[in-house]
Amino acid sequence: MELEELIQKFQKKEISAFEKLYEMYSENILGVINTIVKNPERAQEICQDVFIKVWDKADTYNPAKGRFFTWILNIARNAAIDEVRSKSFRQQKRNLSADYFVGMLEDSEDLQSKVDTIGLKKLVANLKEKCVQLISLLYFQGFTQKEAAEELNIPIGTVKTRNRSCISQIRENMNI
Amino acid sequence: MDIEKYIASGILELYVAGVLSEKENLEVHGYVQKYPEIKTEVEAIEAAMLALTEKSSQGLSNNSFESIKSKIGKAVPLQPHAVKRTPWSSYLGWAASILFAIGLLWLYMENDKLKSEIEITEQEKQTLEEQILNAREEVAGTSTILDQLRDKNVTVIALDGQTVSPTSFAKAYWNTKAQKVFIDAQGLPEPPQGFTYQVWSLKLDPLIPTSVGLLDNFTSNTNRVFELPNANETEAFGITLEPEGGSESPTLEQLYTLGAIAS
Repeated sequence: MELEELIQKFQKKEISAFEKLYEMYSENILGVINTIVKNPERAQEICQDVFIKVWDKADTYNPAKGRFFTWILNIARNAAIDEVRSKSFRQQKRNLSADYFVGMLEDSEDLQSKVDTIGLKKLVANLKEKCVQLISLLYFQGFTQKEAAEELNIPIGTVKTRNRSCISQIRENMNI
Repeated sequence: MDIEKYIASGILELYVAGVLSEKENLEVHGYVQKYPEIKTEVEAIEAAMLALTEKSSQGLSNNSFESIKSKIGKAVPLQPHAVKRTPWSSYLGWAASILFAIGLLWLYMENDKLKSEIEITEQEKQTLEEQILNAREEVAGTSTILDQLRDKNVTVIALDGQTVSPTSFAKAYWNTKAQKVFIDAQGLPEPPQGFTYQVWSLKLDPLIPTSVGLLDNFTSNTNRVFELPNANETEAFGITLEPEGGSESPTLEQLYTLGAIAS
């Protein structure tokens, strides 16, 4: 079944379509949330909440405004960042702009998780430090071009081109 | 458009990241629909992100979707309930407002009808008042005439019909003191168009006629009683039919009535 058709059925509240979409994207969404909250149990709960929200807000998704995955990614990001801001941030006094994705690559062993560290490392092989930082900001934290440029202290135009070359590297790594 | 250049700009990567403005998103969406190369590129970028994010997952717990399903299952029965309620109350609201509007219109029309009825009644009342006023004036006029005729200084002279109109008759009530004569012309036929009755004061020996006046507005004077000044030493009164405006001397062929004063 075409993705578009599946999404349409999902928007008409067909639970079977929703289940297929869940199968397609739930691991990814959990990965994003896990990267941000760094708490596997909490990440599971937030992931569930995110998909319940996705179901409830089904009719608000508009294909003209972006990819379906991007839409869920956005909901997941917001939920995860809210969590970090509300609880963990205060308790653990962690810096919000800490580079979660970078951190995970470095100390994924400490997470007591089943994260496929080897697979992850294979994907980001040959990726420069600044690439990892940029991907973390744009994809995992939802920074805009301007915000990312300020955070990394680079010109705004560079964000777009650098990000493209970083993603291209990942795409190459996928084929290895 | 240079598709290669557009792809190389890196905008599609930001599109997948969901960090573009709404306007930019719409633009990219348009190109995705239009150019298959761009669509393929977007899907490839998304695939890379899916691979990356999937590898970041520690693995979902078993039956995770069942857990979600049970939670959204609870929310579902609530919906038809909510859906049912909204139209019911809104239909009722609409019905009520339509009824209200009809009622308002009806009241407006009723009010309008009553207003015009009041207007008609008002007009009728005015007409009746005028009629009463006219009747009163008539009565007053009649009683004035009656008083005048009853005056002790009044001499009554009967004027009999002459050759032209034997059935005609009239009466003259002559108040010698007030030097006025009242002609009761009830017994005269209506004068033809362009003619009028003229009253003459006559001295008999020799016969000298003097005009006393015209019985103008003969038809409109419903009493047919005419008041004329008469300072003459009259011995007889005569009434002739003359052309409108009267004549210098009476047309004796048209003498309708004549009556001498009994001395």
